[in-house]
Amino acid sequence: MANKLLLLGDEAIALGALDAGLSGIYAYPGTPSTEITEYVQHSAVAKENNIHCSWSTNEKTAMEAALGMSYAGKRAMVCMKHVGLNVAADPFINSAITGANGGLIVVSADDPSMHSSQNEQDSRFYGKFAMVPILEPSSQQEAYDMVHYGFNFSEKYKIPVLLRITTRMAHSRSGVVRVASREQNTMHLPDDLRQFVLLPAIARKRYKNLLASHLLFIEESENSPFNTYIDGPDKSMGILVSGIALNYLMENFPDRKIPYPVLKIGQYPLPRKLVEKLIDECGELLILEDGYPMIEELISGYVPGVKKIRGRFDGTIPRTGELNPNILAVALGLPDTKGLQVPDLMVGRPPQLCSGCPHIDSYKALNEVLADLPKGRVFSDIGCYTLGALAPYEAINSCVDMGASITMAKGAADAGFIPSVAVIGDSTFTHSGITGLLDAVNDKSPVTIIILDNATTAMTGGQDSAGTGRLEDICKALGVEESHIRVIKPLKKYHEENVRVMKEEIDYMGVSVIIPRRECIVAIDKRMRQKFK
Amino acid sequence: MKKDIILAGVGGQGIISIAAIIGYAALQEKMFLKQSEVHGMSQRGGDVMSNLRISHEEIASDLIPFGQADLIISVEPLESLRYLGYLSPQTGWLVTNTTPFNNISNYPELDTVIAAIKKLPRHIALDADTLAKEAGSARSANIVILGAASPFLGLAYEKFEDAIRFTFRTKGEDVIGKNLKALKLGREFADKNI
Repeated sequence: MANKLLLLGDEAIALGALDAGLSGIYAYPGTPSTEITEYVQHSAVAKENNIHCSWSTNEKTAMEAALGMSYAGKRAMVCMKHVGLNVAADPFINSAITGANGGLIVVSADDPSMHSSQNEQDSRFYGKFAMVPILEPSSQQEAYDMVHYGFNFSEKYKIPVLLRITTRMAHSRSGVVRVASREQNTMHLPDDLRQFVLLPAIARKRYKNLLASHLLFIEESENSPFNTYIDGPDKSMGILVSGIALNYLMENFPDRKIPYPVLKIGQYPLPRKLVEKLIDECGELLILEDGYPMIEELISGYVPGVKKIRGRFDGTIPRTGELNPNILAVALGLPDTKGLQVPDLMVGRPPQLCSGCPHIDSYKALNEVLADLPKGRVFSDIGCYTLGALAPYEAINSCVDMGASITMAKGAADAGFIPSVAVIGDSTFTHSGITGLLDAVNDKSPVTIIILDNATTAMTGGQDSAGTGRLEDICKALGVEESHIRVIKPLKKYHEENVRVMKEEIDYMGVSVIIPRRECIVAIDKRMRQKFK
Repeated sequence: MKKDIILAGVGGQGIISIAAIIGYAALQEKMFLKQSEVHGMSQRGGDVMSNLRISHEEIASDLIPFGQADLIISVEPLESLRYLGYLSPQTGWLVTNTTPFNNISNYPELDTVIAAIKKLPRHIALDADTLAKEAGSARSANIVILGAASPFLGLAYEKFEDAIRFTFRTKGEDVIGKNLKALKLGREFADKNI
């Protein structure tokens, strides 16, 4: 057990990157990916070696900066939650065409069961779409090892590598053994200085190059240390299992001996020969994957109608949500286990705004201003303040994607729905709200935009917010009239005044911005504790 | 030796600290460990739980199967009941605080919650907040609960004392002493009520 560290999956990835000669990590916070970047930020080694680790404004800027670092020949990592990959999709997909120079790993953390997310999209589809290799760890140790492997792979084939994890991998701790660490790369440009110029004539060549490489990626998958075929005596069924689902499978066999042949997948594209071997040698197939039934869909296409395939599509596994050992027990025909009955008195305890949270005062004022109007006119966004949708506030009517509050309010106002209000946090505003505000200014839309400024990215644990101290300047520069940029203090004692300011701006038939400004109380608490430590 | 433990509470009540102390003690015994935590939205005053598994054999799943937990450790009475589906009906113990954390409008009558706990065949229910104050540290209710759970964890009591000394090593002797006292008060209660 010597040198074994107890690490979250996220921390194992961060440490793996540091040990593998990382020069820069780029990210916007998002559960369950946040702790990767935070680990690097708290690392003395990272500080000593001047490794870039400050937060990016959003996932797209993070992805592009990481690509730039790769261009310069250094190893870069970019991290995000799954929906962040939607924001970064443009550079991500195109980075497969440009290829990499220094090793480039894109980490996307999926959230099956939506513990802290608005959907449970599976990032492996993005990897397949971009035609880049995907790594999917089944343990914290593999997560660590895959980072070394991924950087080497990325440099060998000059291709970005997607590392896909799920919430359970990200936020579960286990022992990790390190390998020898490696120096950072020296700066070196791509051999072909037009590699990254995606003019159509060049892009066509690069795309053909990617397609040719893709065949090599399949070959690599056949021989990958992360794809293993474990034979079993009972060929009536073959099990194809990916990522963390392997652990739930093993849990059901206390001696760790599975009677059926098992193909464990940790690297994509799928190893065609290994998959065919499993199909040839076994009766039916059971497919176990945490996330969308991606492999299941692919395999079904291999042998349409020939082989019985069990998984999420036929109901053997529930169509949605995270896997667990019991779901697999039932799928394997093993006895299900049950505990004690939860008494009927049980009630839910949803998350809520903290006592003393500035958003509470903002919502109380807003609710009072809008009380006499028909309901349903507050578009909101992603952050702690989304909890304003719940009782007792029930103050907002939308939460879609980062920045959508402003643009949806504008669209509704364009439709004649006036007054139309947007509520967005300071960090979400700089992430993706600025461009929408410019649209509203250019159209002179009658919208009121409330930027809740608590000077932090609160929901993910209090990371730096990109626009702190400059929100008024940003709004002014976008063309919002100075007289309609109103800063208020969300405190009970200013309630009447805040109601008056909100009412004035909601009555104004143009773009107005209200900035309720008070620091997040959790952030204050954290700051004070650090100060007096 | 293998113990599967569910830790339960409300976001911010310090269940991760309990897990960290048990984890430290288990690692000193060269045990394997897997611990699944809750980060993100639920930490804002919602229900939170953590799966902690310690074993001398390698552990497969990060999640405990239903009906197989040896122990539920809860710092809040209502939350102690939420995860009964994980507790072994034959051998499982439930150790919980009786002081409620009431941040919801429909919190059930406390008497009915306590009655439901007392109906369980194997339980330790104690007012950890009062015992923590008695130990001189109102913030150490979670350590009192850990003390009350310590007889069921398969590790010698001294291992938890060592783990507390390690965990609070930067906080000074006074804090360490109060937490050791909190641990002891919890343990004594459990010993008298098993």
